[in-house]
Amino acid sequence: MKQDIILAGVGGQGILSIATVIGSAALEQGLYIKQAEVHGMSQRGGDVQSHLRLSTDPIYSDLIPHGGADLVVSLEPMEALRYLPYLSKDGWIVTSSVPFQNIPNYPDLDRVLGALRALPRTIVLDVEATAKQVNSARSANMVLLGAASAVMGLLDPDKLRDGIRRIFARKGDAIVEANIKAFDAGLLLSQKDR
Amino acid sequence: MAQKKLLLGDEALALGALHAGLSGVYAYPGTPSTEITEFIQGYPLTKERGVHCAWSVNEKTAMEEALGMSFAGKRTLVCMKHVGMNVCADPFMGSAVTGANGGLVVAACDDPSMHSSQNEQDSRFWGTFALVPVFEPSSQQEAYEMMRSAFEYSERRGIPVLMRLTTRLSHSRAAVACVDDAEAVPQNTLRLPANERQWCTLPVNARVRYKQLIKDYAQFEEDAVASPFNRLQDGPDKSLGIIACGIGYNYLMENYPDGCPHPVLKISQYPFPKELIHKLASMCDRILVLEEGQPLLEERMHGVFGSDVQVLGRLDGSLPRTGELSPDCVREALGLPAPDLYPASEVLAPRPPALCKGCGHRDLFTALNAVMKKDYPQGRAFSDIGCYTLGWLPPFEAIQTCVEMGASITMAQGAAFSGLWPAVAVIGDSTFTHSGMTGLLDAVNEKADVTICISDNLTTGMTGGQDSAGTGRLEAICEALGVEPAHIRTFVPLPANYPEMERIIREEIEYHGVSVIISRRECLQTLRRHAKK
Repeated sequence: MKQDIILAGVGGQGILSIATVIGSAALEQGLYIKQAEVHGMSQRGGDVQSHLRLSTDPIYSDLIPHGGADLVVSLEPMEALRYLPYLSKDGWIVTSSVPFQNIPNYPDLDRVLGALRALPRTIVLDVEATAKQVNSARSANMVLLGAASAVMGLLDPDKLRDGIRRIFARKGDAIVEANIKAFDAGLLLSQKDR
Repeated sequence: MAQKKLLLGDEALALGALHAGLSGVYAYPGTPSTEITEFIQGYPLTKERGVHCAWSVNEKTAMEEALGMSFAGKRTLVCMKHVGMNVCADPFMGSAVTGANGGLVVAACDDPSMHSSQNEQDSRFWGTFALVPVFEPSSQQEAYEMMRSAFEYSERRGIPVLMRLTTRLSHSRAAVACVDDAEAVPQNTLRLPANERQWCTLPVNARVRYKQLIKDYAQFEEDAVASPFNRLQDGPDKSLGIIACGIGYNYLMENYPDGCPHPVLKISQYPFPKELIHKLASMCDRILVLEEGQPLLEERMHGVFGSDVQVLGRLDGSLPRTGELSPDCVREALGLPAPDLYPASEVLAPRPPALCKGCGHRDLFTALNAVMKKDYPQGRAFSDIGCYTLGWLPPFEAIQTCVEMGASITMAQGAAFSGLWPAVAVIGDSTFTHSGMTGLLDAVNEKADVTICISDNLTTGMTGGQDSAGTGRLEAICEALGVEPAHIRTFVPLPANYPEMERIIREEIEYHGVSVIISRRECLQTLRRHAKK
């Protein structure tokens, strides 16, 4: 059993926190894991992605092959589309609907969202609004992780919650709770959306 | 192994070094190598054992400091990105002649595909050039384990070891089985070299030592044949043999989840184990060479006259000539069928990196443009390596060149002598102390007509905010190098100060000598971090 996930977004949005929580949960569950990250120049507002690979068997490549990703999880709708050639034909896209428009030629948002919804397995959520609704405005990335966990076969949502507790523990109970609430809200929403 | 930790390739290498009895790391930050030193700086054992871990001014000083530590008998690690090897080439080449006393490992992290670099360089070339052995791990686990082997090997053979990583291993995490800190190898005690003579490379000594080094290199090759890191595995389908260097092995195995049907030679220790390569060649008619970087082995296998064996790789088009390998390009080279894919989306725009909103570099470029584009359109701004290189892109287009660390000041000087005016240089504070100070002394000695802007954000910004060697002393350094105090100007780059900034830039352009303008405001990234503390 394997699960190949592309995490996408714009430098500074916080995809690495998502990756860290998944990594911690996977390690705890005894899974093999490889997680390729982008460091350096692109982190300055450019497109960033992380290849996250989980498996019950040893993993060789740090990169996911084209057509191999079971899941694209994106904090930005256009960035979700960037990794389409990586997505398996049975794969899911779980993405934020909120555009990050730091370039002058950002395409028409309706076209972006239309292209996403035209795909067979897509969950598009306003993760920022959801995070605000549960008073966890700074935890939009955990809303997204919660939503993605609904289609993440290999990882148990409980293990992910434990991961959130471990990763955010040093920031105090209030921050841990805000992140758990955000995660749960995301999970609930995507279960409805499916 | 007592425990498992989720580590980047860089971090696995760093922990391996600490557990192998490291006494000091010497480095200058550079993507993708920075996390090696940062991990050592933050790890408890470092403090406990008093391991040296402060940043060096540049890769040359780092290499020399490490060489001194090796002379004193202790285990030491030097880290840099691939182009850092150019900066430390002199002491690195020298270290092959002096040899190592305490274990000396030089970690060079290459960046094929230039994710965050100005060129593609394959650091394995330095191994054949300097006649030193090269280790190239294929996984995070191997990076951890190889450090101990590399230190032992360096001490056993009395030679530095070059440890070569590439971006994908440096910046990818995996669970690494490692020992507890309590089981770390004890550090070496002070022990001077037995063969002290070879540490002074006067021709009379160096000639003797160079001949010995060439003999030793033959031994290194025998060692590579016997190395557990190099492995020839048989396979039933002999229509093709595969040589997989470093992480090339992973992309190969990714394509054969049930095991590779072809004979495979996995190489992670150099010099090239010729005997194993011959053995593989005798079994197969065609050989595919998978190298992450430049076609170093492939070219050698072709030789000048070719051979009976058909060699496939980057030179015959089986693999792309540039860029990093991927599971996809290796699949194609193996002739395996392509999976059914979604085509690339048509609703996409590129999103290049940009300077942060509110960054001081932005304000400097705005003021510089207001002066240069309006009054001096014939002038040029020579720039350098750092976040501010993004000033070449729209909307600023404020600089015209970037070559390597420090070239801004010296290129401006050469252009000024040739009659270009105004010749402006834009350089960051950390780049200035790395390689700009010597060029400034040249400019002072020649009374060059240049205007040098040091965009001082009080840190090494692009690599994530490491200490900058000259913080708080830039004016003193410039004055000590001979810049006239009246022409060392400073301002705070903020929109409210544009009139003052433009006036100062204009005045210093109109001064026909060396002037230095220091534009100083802290990097927003480090400012945010400091505010949290």
